[in-house]
Amino acid sequence: MTAISTPPAATTRATAAPGEPPNGKLRAWATRAPLLPALIFLIVVTQLPFVATLVISLFDWNSLYPDAREFAGLANYGEVLSDPDLRSSVWTTILLTVTVVLVSLVLGLLLALLLDRRFKGRGIVRTLLIAPFLVVPVAAALLWKHVLFNPEYGLFNGLLSYVGGPQPDWISEMPLLAVEASLIWQWTPFMMLILLAGLQGRDHQQIEAARVDGASDWQIFRHLTLPHLRRYLELGALLGSIYIVQNFDAVFTLTSGGLGTANLPYTVYQTFYQAHENGLASAAGVLVVIGSIVIATFALRVVSSLFREEVSR
Amino acid sequence: MSATAVRTPAPATAPPGARSKRMKNTGLGVLAWAAGLLFFLPIAWMALTSFHAETDAATNPPSFTAALTLDGYREFFGAGGGASPWPALINSTVASLTSTLLVLLLALPAAYALSIRPVKKWTDVLFFFLSTKMLPAVAGLLPLYLFAKNAGLLDNIWLLVVLYTSMNLPIAVWMMQSFLAEVPVAVIEAAQLDGARLPTVLARIVAPIAAPGIAATALICFIFSWNELLFARVLTGVVAGTAPVFLTGFITSQGLFLAKVCAASLVISLPVLAAGFAAQDKLVQGLSLGAVK
Repeated sequence: MTAISTPPAATTRATAAPGEPPNGKLRAWATRAPLLPALIFLIVVTQLPFVATLVISLFDWNSLYPDAREFAGLANYGEVLSDPDLRSSVWTTILLTVTVVLVSLVLGLLLALLLDRRFKGRGIVRTLLIAPFLVVPVAAALLWKHVLFNPEYGLFNGLLSYVGGPQPDWISEMPLLAVEASLIWQWTPFMMLILLAGLQGRDHQQIEAARVDGASDWQIFRHLTLPHLRRYLELGALLGSIYIVQNFDAVFTLTSGGLGTANLPYTVYQTFYQAHENGLASAAGVLVVIGSIVIATFALRVVSSLFREEVSR
Repeated sequence: MSATAVRTPAPATAPPGARSKRMKNTGLGVLAWAAGLLFFLPIAWMALTSFHAETDAATNPPSFTAALTLDGYREFFGAGGGASPWPALINSTVASLTSTLLVLLLALPAAYALSIRPVKKWTDVLFFFLSTKMLPAVAGLLPLYLFAKNAGLLDNIWLLVVLYTSMNLPIAVWMMQSFLAEVPVAVIEAAQLDGARLPTVLARIVAPIAAPGIAATALICFIFSWNELLFARVLTGVVAGTAPVFLTGFITSQGLFLAKVCAASLVISLPVLAAGFAAQDKLVQGLSLGAVK
């Protein structure tokens, strides 16, 4: 048995099992068959609608005036890129994503470093820290909007009034920051979990050796931990970006897209759901996709490098 | 991993500076506790407020020690004549459970064909699955809406079931692939040499090894379906509205409703909190699409 399994796993795995059709082509299809339902389902439900979006984005089409539908070429894209509201939503999307990802990444790193050492009740603290990520996003946004940010009886102003601080109307005075704060609260645990997994995969002998050689904590962090964490940081940043670029729940709940907080997904929703501009909404949707593809290309590269490392292990 | 946390090695001879090092360790432990409590504070406050009377919930400065009551929960469940949350909760349960079941039915064979008996170029197929996850939901929203409208499927829970299945399928295939890849091929081959047929191999060898991973995958798919808002908001209405859609009813609420909104948020988040803590150890693997173990 051991003699047979020495060639690479992939070829041993492909050898015929009992009850296999003898024909090579048939056998190949029998191997592929379990894959097909999932593949076909996914292509029909996700890829076809996107192709339809691409087509609709080339039409001037308001669903309130269905008879006036006509081919418009790239005019919708010109309109999306020149419309000040839509252009500002592109900017808002970038600002929101970058801020939330960077801040939660830094906070997540600090928390992961704190949790990567032994102390009493570490399991409990880890559980407490994960909890914000496990609140339904709409519920989390409602919690921040009504229970924390409310200018009259919210917790923040309540605590501020103890120390005689100011009583700001958080959402009206700093709308984008308010949305960002609630998202950072939810996404920091996500970053922490990924970075903690990264920290636990460090080479502890190497760190011990460096310590014996007299390296300071900071030197170990700077020259050993950080380089090791680089790909986990990249992964966290990219996955976070993919989710936050698409964020709809927080913007919809906290500000309903008002006060300059409308990001692209919210704008797409509003353009076709309320303004019934199908062509314009599709063009904006395609722009979100282009943005995501740029991030996703990098994300896929990082995932695949981690993946190949796992496979070759 | 939390179980090993308690183990503290006691050095036989304390090296110089051990005391300041121990103080630093204690300090960092306290800091970690403070951070954990700070992040948990909004949830703790939400829980406390949900048990307060509306008049105690809306005070400034906040009343920490007010009498506890279940009125917020009674209000949420429709005692005050408001809309009952039960249809929404049932819709969410149906959509999440059914789509999770469908995901497992589709993902398990696919993962089998990508790990135990892999097709040619199986990594390419795996990355195709992943790439569909990176397509934002808004990319296909409008055609799906138009399709649903023309096919008479608007406000139909089964449309959400199909969409949630497609939303979670790539994650499930990735996670399951990595769990099934842990099943040693040599054991499977030995069983087959002994004459075991495929169903026996699956039931006796693959299932016991992969079961915890499959359970974690199911829990994560359940969480994502339960949380989803955009599709549910656009494609459902009064009949098929899910729990998150029900919550959006509180966005513009006025007057005394804080205890009720806290009760609602907590009840609707409870299944997610439970599923998340149950899948805690495999959560990272699922969220990072199998890239981090």
